[in-house]
Amino acid sequence: MNAPNPLPDVTRRGFLAGAGALVVSFAIPAEAQEGEVPTAPGAQAVKPKLPGSLADTPSLDAWIRIDADGSITVFTGKAELGQGTKTSLRQIAAEELEVEPASIKLVTADTALTPNEGYTAGSQTIQNSGTAIRYAAAQVRQILIAKASQKLGAPVEALKAQAGAIVGPNGAKASYGELVSADFLHVDAAADTKLKPPAAYHAIGKPFARVDIPAKVTGGNAYVQDMQPPGLVHARVVRPPSYNARLTDFADAAVKAMPGVIAVVRDGDFLAVVAEQEFQAVRAMRAMAGVARWQEQPALPDQYDLPAFLKKSVSEVGAVTSVGADSVPGARTLEAQFTRAYQMHGSIGPSSAVAMVDNGLTTVWTHTQGVYPDRKAIAQMLGVPEEKVRCIHTEGSGCYGHNGADDAAADAALIAQKVPGKPVRVQWMRDQEHLWEPYGPAMLTKASATLDQNGNIVNWHYDLWSNSHGTRPGSAGSLIAGRLMARHFPPDPAKLQISPLGNGDRNAIPLYDVPNQRVNWHFIADMPVRVSSLRSLGAYCNVFSIESFMDELALAANADPVEYRLRHLKDPRARKVIEVAAEKFGWSKDPLPEGRGRGFAFAKYKNHAAYLAVALEADVDSDSGAIKVSRVVTAVDCGEAVAPDSIVNQTEGGILQSMSWTLYEAVHFDRTRILSPDWSTYPILRFSAVPDSIEVQVVDSPGTPYLGVAEAAQGPTAGAIANAFRSATGKRIYDLPYTRERVKGVLGV
Amino acid sequence: MVKLNVNGTSHDVDVDPATPLLYVLRNDLKLNGAKFGCGLGQCGACTVMVDGKAVFSCLTPAMLVEGREIKTVEGLGTIDDPGPMQKAFIEQQAAQCGYCIAGMMMRAQALLEAKPDAADADIRQALEPNLCRCGTHMRILRAVARARDLMQGKSAGNMAPAAATGRG
Repeated sequence: MNAPNPLPDVTRRGFLAGAGALVVSFAIPAEAQEGEVPTAPGAQAVKPKLPGSLADTPSLDAWIRIDADGSITVFTGKAELGQGTKTSLRQIAAEELEVEPASIKLVTADTALTPNEGYTAGSQTIQNSGTAIRYAAAQVRQILIAKASQKLGAPVEALKAQAGAIVGPNGAKASYGELVSADFLHVDAAADTKLKPPAAYHAIGKPFARVDIPAKVTGGNAYVQDMQPPGLVHARVVRPPSYNARLTDFADAAVKAMPGVIAVVRDGDFLAVVAEQEFQAVRAMRAMAGVARWQEQPALPDQYDLPAFLKKSVSEVGAVTSVGADSVPGARTLEAQFTRAYQMHGSIGPSSAVAMVDNGLTTVWTHTQGVYPDRKAIAQMLGVPEEKVRCIHTEGSGCYGHNGADDAAADAALIAQKVPGKPVRVQWMRDQEHLWEPYGPAMLTKASATLDQNGNIVNWHYDLWSNSHGTRPGSAGSLIAGRLMARHFPPDPAKLQISPLGNGDRNAIPLYDVPNQRVNWHFIADMPVRVSSLRSLGAYCNVFSIESFMDELALAANADPVEYRLRHLKDPRARKVIEVAAEKFGWSKDPLPEGRGRGFAFAKYKNHAAYLAVALEADVDSDSGAIKVSRVVTAVDCGEAVAPDSIVNQTEGGILQSMSWTLYEAVHFDRTRILSPDWSTYPILRFSAVPDSIEVQVVDSPGTPYLGVAEAAQGPTAGAIANAFRSATGKRIYDLPYTRERVKGVLGV
Repeated sequence: MVKLNVNGTSHDVDVDPATPLLYVLRNDLKLNGAKFGCGLGQCGACTVMVDGKAVFSCLTPAMLVEGREIKTVEGLGTIDDPGPMQKAFIEQQAAQCGYCIAGMMMRAQALLEAKPDAADADIRQALEPNLCRCGTHMRILRAVARARDLMQGKSAGNMAPAAATGRG
């Protein structure tokens, strides 16, 4: 499944029957599970909470199917986004089912086939889906053993699973296929299923090559952009020049007469064109942009005074934490204020989707992070019941959060209604992705801490100003097409929500031991600049702020930054990653050459997920203002390591992406329009700025829960760069990004 | 109608001659390797080789490359019989989402065909026009260096993926 050219196959039942398999039924919860929100407590009152996503989808046959020929299919509601989960989830299932990972067929996020696991977000694929699959697979193995016991007449204690069969004494053997019967996995998961011990692993923690890479390096069908179903036609959208612009005039007669044009779509302020060939669609798009007349309104804040905008726009203040006394006497109190610009996901491939309307069913192949929520939003936009829309995840370019994927899916769904029976591929242009994706929100933070006479922190106040970091689909108003079309679905009003997972307040509470803490989120509901979830949400700016400030406090306490952090940390796993990173880096107080600095930072992602510490060395060229990070060492503990190389890969990637955000990235705009339509106006990291080395130490904790890893490096990397700059120059930069102009300004060059 | 020589095969393609080579490769010749990234020559996802040189296929009208030797990532080998560049990228697990990777490989291939003994610094410099957003740069650099060694017949060395060392 998820192959780029499948025919729509409406139901799971149909899929199963079509495959000649045992047909079972199972229930998918009607309500979309929001991946970023804790499971609803409803079922927990009566029975113990099931592990991972089993809590929402307990039936084993929702996750695992075994055919009479012995073949195994695993279903996940999570999507491959380039993290390697198509491989690691196979490893997990293979471990408990005692087969090789490569023998498992994996079906990923598809509203007709897989469990609803909300969004693939928050570094939670292995934690939620992996945990569910692990427990389900272990229980399936036990069920197979019980059935084999009956068939072979041997006690279960004498039987074990081995290479796709249950084997027992005296050569007794029954293959999985022989043990399959109707509905045998249509049972709910048990909460107490025993897992294999780490010492017996053959798949978890072992180096398996990723299953998706060979096709990606040989030109195979790998992405939604590669789909070419028979009869494919090409669409392009024409966007307004600014968020709130209204179409006042659109003389489309000439466009309709252009070569290859099949349809010109206008629905309110939504414009698109469908053509036989892709370049014909591009030319028609350009012609349409030329004849469309728009009325614009200045509605954007002042890019050069974001703190003023944030402070004056507060709609509500929420207490993130309040522990101990509000104020306590101390020897010294320090304060600092930090900011972060609006920043982009900046996917290398602009968003794309394929949609087809066939017999009243709209099927959308999309690189969305959440097929179920996206379906809900698209169905509302189209005014049809949800079962009349099917969303199938098909890989796209890496997204790093809520980028244009859902919007492109909605575009395709809406356009497909105008050309029923034809598969339509929508491909955004570069400027459309840059100008219309929802950015990571601008933020302002203020930290204040009181030290006792030994330099220890006795009081901590931290305030952050931010929009919501979550405006994902679920409703038609979350979609660009939904907002632009004549019905003009309004965006959902933003609400302040404070939960353990965090949003703008993610990682706003320092993990450090401080007896008295006040942390507040000054929530800004108004979103003049479109924003949503960017990898790590508020954690990037909060950890940057906290870790910058910790170094300031260490300096005030005349302490080494690493020692100062350890002094305020009891959690042994936190201490461990800090110690490993410091040791492997060779952390010392030794003087460095002029212009070179070393920086350290740490965070436990979300304060309940992966531990990550990073040490790095950077050179600052005061003439050009350029910062060159030369060497990075990081240590990460994300619980039991399923796929060590993917952990390294994700962590390297997180470091480099965060480095790019930190050194270069800010969305530019005037009071009416976004002014960053391409890579020249929104530069990102290029090879010349890549460090000489990045070393990732995976601190494995076999047998412990999965903690997720993909976003853990974002905040600490920014903090370490900030601290290395301070170490190199004696000056601190409080505002992200650390552009050359800003560096030169701070250094007085 | 344009006549194109792609990966050693001649094709007559019925398109407007001004069509960017990228669209012809992807849609008419069904070669998925080159990717649409920006259409502006700023990211390199569409990079292919023309007469041995790396070019942005998104900016190159098909008629300009008639009669010239066009090579795409499909010309470097197949999934069953990958060429040295592809082998090196698989061996080093040098991809995350992988969208930029074919463009990286073609730019690297052009470098190594022109300069088989390219130094690591040459590789880094050559790849400057190509963007990767996942942050796979360390592995890409390592994979190209590995491809250079494979092309020069140096097949010895650690074939295990990067997992073994954890070094980027």
